[in-house]
Amino acid sequence: MTATTNIEPVKPNSAFVGLLAVLLAMVSRPSGLVGLILVAFHVVLAIVSPAIVPYDFRELSAQIILNAPSSEHWFGTDNLGRDVFTRTMLGGRQALLVTTISTIFAITWGGLLGVLLGLVGGRLDELLMRLVDAFLALPWILVLLLIVVTVGSGPGVLIPTLGFFYGIPVIRMARAATQDVVALDFVTAARARGESRSTIVWRELVPNVLDVLLVEGAMRWSWMLLAFSSLSFLGFGVTPPTADWGLMISNARSFMSFAPWTVLAPVVALSSLIIGINMSADALAKALGIDRAQKAPV
Amino acid sequence: MVRLIARRLALGVLTMVLISGIIFVGVEVLPGDACTAYLGRMAQGKRLENCRRDFGLQRPALTRYVEWALGAVRGDFGVSLQGKTPISETVGTRFRNTLILGVTASMIGVPLAILLGIIAALWRDRPVDLWVSTTAIFAMTIPEFVSSTVLILIFSVWLGWLPGIVITRPDAPLFEFLSDIILPIVALALVMTAHILRMVRTSVIEVMASDYVQMAQLKGVPYWQMVFRHVLPNALLPTINLVALTIAWLLGGTVVIEVVFNYPGLGRLMVQAIFFRDLTTVQAIALILAALYVGLNLFADLLTLVANPRLRTMRTSRP
Amino acid sequence: MREPLVQVKNLSIGFTSQAGLVMPILRNIDLAIGEGETIGLVGESGCGKSTLALAMMGYLKSGLSVLEGESLFRGRNVFDMDGRALEDIRGGELALIPQNAGQSLTPTSRIGRQIDESVKLHTKLAKEQRRERVIELLLQVRLPQPEELLQRYPHELSGGQQQRVAIAMALAGEPDVLLLDEPTTGLDVTTQAHILELLRDLAADTGTAMVYVSHDLGAIARVSHRIAVMYAGELVLEGPARRVLKQPAHPYARGLLLSIPRLKEAVLPTSMPGRPPPPGGAGHGCAFADRCPMAEQRCRDERPVLEPTAAQEIVRCHFHERVEQLPPPEPPKRPDRSSLDEADTILRLDNVAISYAKPGIVDQILGRQPKVAATVDKIDLTIRRGETVGLVGESGSGKSTILRAIAGLWPPQSGTITYEEAESLNTSVDERAKDLLRRIQLIFQNPDASLNPRHTVAEILAQPLKLYFGLSGDELRERSVALLERVRLRADYLERLPRQLSGGEKQRVAVARAFAAEPELVLCDEVTSALDVSVQAAVLDLLTQLQADQRTTYVFVSHDLAVVRAFADRVAVLYQGRFCEIGPSKNVYRFPSHPYTEVLLGAVLEPDPDARPALAAEDVVDLFPPAKGCPFQRRCPRRIGDICDNETPPWRPTELGHAIRCHIPLAELGGMQEKSAHAVAAKLGPTEGIRAE
Repeated sequence: MTATTNIEPVKPNSAFVGLLAVLLAMVSRPSGLVGLILVAFHVVLAIVSPAIVPYDFRELSAQIILNAPSSEHWFGTDNLGRDVFTRTMLGGRQALLVTTISTIFAITWGGLLGVLLGLVGGRLDELLMRLVDAFLALPWILVLLLIVVTVGSGPGVLIPTLGFFYGIPVIRMARAATQDVVALDFVTAARARGESRSTIVWRELVPNVLDVLLVEGAMRWSWMLLAFSSLSFLGFGVTPPTADWGLMISNARSFMSFAPWTVLAPVVALSSLIIGINMSADALAKALGIDRAQKAPV
Repeated sequence: MVRLIARRLALGVLTMVLISGIIFVGVEVLPGDACTAYLGRMAQGKRLENCRRDFGLQRPALTRYVEWALGAVRGDFGVSLQGKTPISETVGTRFRNTLILGVTASMIGVPLAILLGIIAALWRDRPVDLWVSTTAIFAMTIPEFVSSTVLILIFSVWLGWLPGIVITRPDAPLFEFLSDIILPIVALALVMTAHILRMVRTSVIEVMASDYVQMAQLKGVPYWQMVFRHVLPNALLPTINLVALTIAWLLGGTVVIEVVFNYPGLGRLMVQAIFFRDLTTVQAIALILAALYVGLNLFADLLTLVANPRLRTMRTSRP
Repeated sequence: MREPLVQVKNLSIGFTSQAGLVMPILRNIDLAIGEGETIGLVGESGCGKSTLALAMMGYLKSGLSVLEGESLFRGRNVFDMDGRALEDIRGGELALIPQNAGQSLTPTSRIGRQIDESVKLHTKLAKEQRRERVIELLLQVRLPQPEELLQRYPHELSGGQQQRVAIAMALAGEPDVLLLDEPTTGLDVTTQAHILELLRDLAADTGTAMVYVSHDLGAIARVSHRIAVMYAGELVLEGPARRVLKQPAHPYARGLLLSIPRLKEAVLPTSMPGRPPPPGGAGHGCAFADRCPMAEQRCRDERPVLEPTAAQEIVRCHFHERVEQLPPPEPPKRPDRSSLDEADTILRLDNVAISYAKPGIVDQILGRQPKVAATVDKIDLTIRRGETVGLVGESGSGKSTILRAIAGLWPPQSGTITYEEAESLNTSVDERAKDLLRRIQLIFQNPDASLNPRHTVAEILAQPLKLYFGLSGDELRERSVALLERVRLRADYLERLPRQLSGGEKQRVAVARAFAAEPELVLCDEVTSALDVSVQAAVLDLLTQLQADQRTTYVFVSHDLAVVRAFADRVAVLYQGRFCEIGPSKNVYRFPSHPYTEVLLGAVLEPDPDARPALAAEDVVDLFPPAKGCPFQRRCPRRIGDICDNETPPWRPTELGHAIRCHIPLAELGGMQEKSAHAVAAKLGPTEGIRAE
């Protein structure tokens, strides 16, 4: 017997109301609330920080190198006499810019291709999935490093590269989600009616895989941040003297024993952002009713 | 059943062939070639010509690919651009070192993760679970270089118990590495455990809600017997693949850890090779790492095939 | 009267909603089960019957709690017992046979081990003795080759075998009470009949009491001494089986019985208006008042209590004495069928064969077709405009495959399908003109899956209207509202999402969507099989109305013989993708029949205490059709020899205007079948014949 016994009460249905309901569900949990606050804080900070920083981030000064935190320099100074507080506030800008755009790019192209493959199946699907598997076997950091080294770094290279490579696992996930939906009768009904393929993709499939894609998008964003800051850490991402947390941590390593503030500030900043994104992604998944932790990171 | 295994092996081989193709093509496609990359600003005139001749770069790509691929299968990866030494020598020791790191971290991390994951699931939403899950999220999401740095800060700088940087020579015998590898292993294991723990937890929770577990309860099966006989086998089976995937994926992340600790492994060699534009070495390392990934997946698939009764008794074609 | 084994006293169970309100699933249940008796617990979805059965074991699904009352087992309240005590009785004195055995058996554990687990927990036998006991149990549930079966895993067994294993497992502890939660749902008609006979015999042999929960009154009629009817979480009627089935004292029970189609007559069942209240929505009065034909103001104000009657029943109705006097309802009007004979042919299938087997790599290289027998073969069918043709068969009969071929979702490998004698339907959907697609529409079985959960009803109806007629704006909306009215849904349903509709309402929307295209041919794929019986009656009525208005042709696929009898003009019986028999429905249900039809009819369970199934063939499942000869050769009880294996049986027309495909000459076949029917009657006592004489 499949007749539903739990019939939901009738409420007004619109996209806006749906969105609000999801947000409310997210903040009703403490983890979701904390996560959203952290993310919002960092995004706002990234946008307004240039206007509110006390010092110029490039300003060098031989006299005040590696000073401990004081009333003039709240987070102290680094090995070149630059104000750590300023650099920490600005440190997330490049990272957030690059990763946000790359994530949107990755989800869009990976999602669309995945949905198409999930619908069409057949030889093309098999071939492309073999390719996807092969690509996934490549160590991502090696590929990224190689490209950056030969082509150059900077947002112009990083955005398409990150977007392309991180879109590949999205294909797999979108395809799997689509295959679950395609098996349902309403898709068969649309095909039997003679609806065009693009109608089926946009009207029937995408709305039903959107929530999975959104959660995946949130997770991808945090992996991208990880990759970006790792690249900067290794010296292959941002070019100095740009302020970036990964770069700051890398520089500060040599002075960790006697000037820990140079390392702690960027560590806390970076970690809080990534944790915030993850908590939000978790809360989003729960609010949308998806169980996510089952899947491997790739 | 034998058919299934054979098919899976064939698939693995095919994937490796594809990967080797992608790697080779990828390197070819990059602007310039191995010599221009390596020589950099000095890539001109006689030097360039000599370099190209030495490495046979004027021959067609397909020939070079086949020669390279066949050589790789035999373990001969050609010669490094930097020192003109055979790559297999340098790579060999580094590979061993990375393997120690990875294997030890897995041997500690995986059982620990499974145990913690099961505990977190069975005592779901109670304090134990909240602690474990939250710690896992933290460990999972913080970049390895951050956690490694923090570990060094705590254990090397402040407490002074362990060395923060590895200065032992790369080809030194194993026992000299012992105190060096503790922190890197902890760093790697931390991330690994966190990922696997979460998967195990979800799987156990799912299985606990299944019909057959409910049936076991209604048969009067005592709780712990139910957990061990009905829940765990079914919860852990699907995680085999995910565990392998996670381990393989995380091997990519050892690079960062090796750089932070200056550990003489494959990852650090890779960064160096890239920095010096030593493309032949880079190609070799990429191939090895990819092979490791494919191998791990293959192993996991075969293990699942053997352990899962549904797959064991499946017929591949209708009679 | 001895102390009852199980006694439920004033039990109410419910959950607390997010808003903090208490929503009852069960209200004030009073029920007693004595030793050796079988009670049938019947009701439609959402009435709480499964919750009640599980509560008798002290088990509540997460989120539920006891609001008041108790459930006693041998005098002790199961909700007061601790874990150990419950583990003792569960599987031991009180055992459950679950609904979906396939999902209730642990996939990673062998059958023998799982049954042994039960034996070990509830008896004191040593290891060797336990093994013998397991084999004994498997034999008791009539499973062949038990030693071999011990080693198998659950997924290697068929649905019927899995169910028998579940029964064996339940019997392991020698229980005093068996709780059966819809044990035959999802099984084939013939398998179901065999399992019910097994249960009946077991109960009689071992003296075990049974609580048989089901929505299927036919199954309940077969096994129960007493029947309890549930509605909206309440017990509304309980009494001796014969009495409840023949002279129900509650208007809901009466309505339920009237909505079940019977094999005897080609009359459409009557439906009840409205739908059951949601949990917590019953209000102060009688839960059934909105739908009751004799409701009065008192019914809406005052909730009736359970009262005993003179005929040893208890009833929850203020006016139960009047139920007997309710006039028999007007059966829904059947449209005039006289003009059918002159109608033109709308669909013709000629020697159609459909196969799902795809050539493997080796075959592709060698350029040959796979050597597997086609899923569907030798199908010849001519359908006239305005008629309803039923395709009947069990799983694997290929009936859905034929529909999909007609719709263009999986074209045939050979043979032709022609539409209106003009256009070929051997094409796939991509190759067909839009207007052709419009004229043929498909309705699916499961309303949960056939409507996009993210679309409102308005959007669902808009799609065909936009696609085929290019409508938009006000015109679109007007047409949508008109469509909803035709399926008897209010205009305000347009803004609802599928999850806000009941199963029956969703199916109506699916019907509306199909008819939005103004089709000539509607293909119905088990469209009522997933619905409650009373809802089914309403949908059948709706489909009949629409056909009368628009002269639509239906191809109606179902496994339910009674429904097809009521609804279809002509019936074709399929086995393993080949036709066995085809003709006007009233003739197909008479002698002579194809041996398979005979088996099917024999297995039908009517909600009639006197009806008895006549089990002919073995309960064995054929997985694929034989390469040649008659498709039924492996199971036919009337097989005459090698000719059945080697030669395709010829079509033999009868004087009654239908044809049977069998090697046995008709006169002989008819004679044998009548003799068997009489023999069955003689052995078991007088029965009311299911067939019209």
